[in-house]
Amino acid sequence: MLGIFERFKRGLQKTATVVTRHIQAVFKGDRLWTPADFDELEMVLIQADMGVTAASEITRHIRDRYQRGIIHTTDDILRVATEDIQRILEGDGMPAMAWAPQPPTIILLTGVNGSGKTTTAAKLANRWRDEGRQVMLAACDTFRAAAIDQLKVWGARLDVPVIAHHHGADAAAVAFDAATAARQRRADVLLVDTAGRQHTRKTLMDELGKIKRTLEKACPGAPHENWLVVDASIGTNAISQAREFGKIVPVTGLVLTKLDGTGKGGAVVAIRRELGHPVRFVGLGEAQDDLQPFDPTAFAKAIFER
Amino acid sequence: MFDRLSERFQTVFRNLTGRGTLTESNVEDAMRDVRRALLEADVHYKVAKDFVDQVRVECLGEKVLKNVAPGQMAVKIVHDHLVQLLGEANVPLNLEAKPAVIMLIGLHGSGKTTTAAKLAHFLRGKLHKKILLAACDLKRPAAIDQLEALGRELSIPVFSNKGTQDVVAVAEAARNQALGQGYDVLILDTAGRLQVDTDLVQELVAVRDRVQPHEILLVADAALGQQAVSVAEHFNQALAITGIILTKLDGDARGGAALSIRQVTGRPIKFTGVGERIPDLEAFHPDRLASRILGMGDIVSLVEKASEQFEEEEAKKLEAKMLANKFDFEDFQSQLGKIRKMGGILSLMDMFPGARQMKEQISLDERQFHRIEGIINGMTLAERRKPELLNASRRRRVATGSGVPLLEVNQLVKRFEMMRDMMASIGKMSGGKHPQMAGGMPGQLPGQQAQQQQPPAFRGRQPNPIMMKIRARGR
Repeated sequence: MLGIFERFKRGLQKTATVVTRHIQAVFKGDRLWTPADFDELEMVLIQADMGVTAASEITRHIRDRYQRGIIHTTDDILRVATEDIQRILEGDGMPAMAWAPQPPTIILLTGVNGSGKTTTAAKLANRWRDEGRQVMLAACDTFRAAAIDQLKVWGARLDVPVIAHHHGADAAAVAFDAATAARQRRADVLLVDTAGRQHTRKTLMDELGKIKRTLEKACPGAPHENWLVVDASIGTNAISQAREFGKIVPVTGLVLTKLDGTGKGGAVVAIRRELGHPVRFVGLGEAQDDLQPFDPTAFAKAIFER
Repeated sequence: MFDRLSERFQTVFRNLTGRGTLTESNVEDAMRDVRRALLEADVHYKVAKDFVDQVRVECLGEKVLKNVAPGQMAVKIVHDHLVQLLGEANVPLNLEAKPAVIMLIGLHGSGKTTTAAKLAHFLRGKLHKKILLAACDLKRPAAIDQLEALGRELSIPVFSNKGTQDVVAVAEAARNQALGQGYDVLILDTAGRLQVDTDLVQELVAVRDRVQPHEILLVADAALGQQAVSVAEHFNQALAITGIILTKLDGDARGGAALSIRQVTGRPIKFTGVGERIPDLEAFHPDRLASRILGMGDIVSLVEKASEQFEEEEAKKLEAKMLANKFDFEDFQSQLGKIRKMGGILSLMDMFPGARQMKEQISLDERQFHRIEGIINGMTLAERRKPELLNASRRRRVATGSGVPLLEVNQLVKRFEMMRDMMASIGKMSGGKHPQMAGGMPGQLPGQQAQQQQPPAFRGRQPNPIMMKIRARGR
């Protein structure tokens, strides 16, 4: 199995080359850097979907150091930019995952449609099952046709029990049953897969609040974690998603999916910066073991890896 | 969608239009803001740059600087360029062949399966086509079940073969069945894949070569970031796509991806997905969207939607009733129902010029309408037809029956009466000047909690759908 860093690098390779090539093209030779060059650098960062604000800040930071004579070369730029991104991603340190003192630990997976919640649920189940934990899945996406079947297929593949009702059932009722079952069967972890919803749809967001409250009722302290699943190819709208989902159920972490594509997921930098949500895991492929813990250093490095 | 982009543009233009003369530095400032607005909307940086460069050149031209209202001129230039970028008019699907084969492709989670069902429903309902859906996503667990479930819901047949991994064979068999059984349209739902995954993209090429689809539509998430360009370019190079379907526009994505994809492929956006429900698919009209981005509203779409719901006869009757001060709760109730069928008040408001500010001021909640409907449902038929009947005791009964405080019933009745009087007086003033008061359209709704300030943004005449309809037919 490849090391985490290798996986990151492989996932990010395409984009890293593009970014690095850009920066080198911009700052080639020994000539003095002009404001236009710095604009160009900012564009490079924007292209990583970091958003205009974060990109501007990083650029300003680099320009300041340049003007004060602290940095001089293209290598310096890459280093400073990497450090900045890493610093933002690390924030006040990565809080440890909140395993419930009394199992089960209940983890709610939320996100917009098509972000990869069901697949992430399966990958997480696979990961923790391999670690010897007893995992259960709750099929609370009762809206999308065959979403329950999709999770059940994964459950059968991974040999993990799936608690489900029928299509169109009340998602909160499924959550309640699943939480109760997880307690009774003394499961270590319950992963709650929810329906994708646009964060702008009030009624759907309210439904999410209901699921959360139901979990709380069935199992005090639950959900112990609420992870927002974010697609790496999505642009700065991810920030808005994180903000709105967080209003309903406080977000305790992000899962960045589809990072093996060309999307760099730079939006997580902006999210960490503005909202403080740390990235927990990254999805790097379609296979069930293509999920890795997030490593800010590797992420930042891989973006600027030559 | 495009809300915030639109908001940013409006700020830029407010600064511009207020000026009697434009200097180069005004234009320069405005262009910087426009570029930033585009970038914040996730427009690809190169597309944004080209856009601004072109607009700048024109804005600095003689025609603009010497124009009596240079700011307005600049707005027009941006609008024209947006239209140009988005494409002029709606490009319909090529459905001449029988069966016309439509292949949907895209990244994981872009919404292909849902879109397949929506498109089937759209083509059957609007164009009366006989549709066959084909489940060619053999990869994602239960993807076939998903399409089959949607097909059952719609009573549209789904071709599938769960026993194979050979996508090309499934597609070909589906086409043969469509051909043999006289279907008008065959829609192929394919598995999501990365645009840079050569093997999987080649699989699509093989499908294309075998079944020769008439339309290859790229299904793309409206919230795509800077990668939109790469996605569109790769898929287009490999498959020569014929159009784009933009999904999840009911979110608040600023839609820059739409501009980017359009620009790099030159292919038209043909449909947009605007909600979770099956009917939430709309033909895309670039010219109207450009107006919406610039906050000029989209009256044409509004009228179209309205005319789907309001019959001419009915509209005439309604207008007569309004003018005679006889508009009653029953009419009101039926209008509320129609608004809901048109996609809800919020989506309608997006089409009004300047409605954005209004939306913020009055913080509309669709559920408020449900409450109002609930209260009306609690009235007897006689009460609905004759609101005067609603004395204290009847109101108490309605409140109990509909489970709301008495105060809310009182407010509804009071505001309803106010609205009715207002409509009648507008009629006397020969109509059309304050039409936002009429017919349960935005503005003052009965039951709205607080007295709202009238939005300043209603410029000129923007008649309500019923009035518009009457006028349109009367011409």
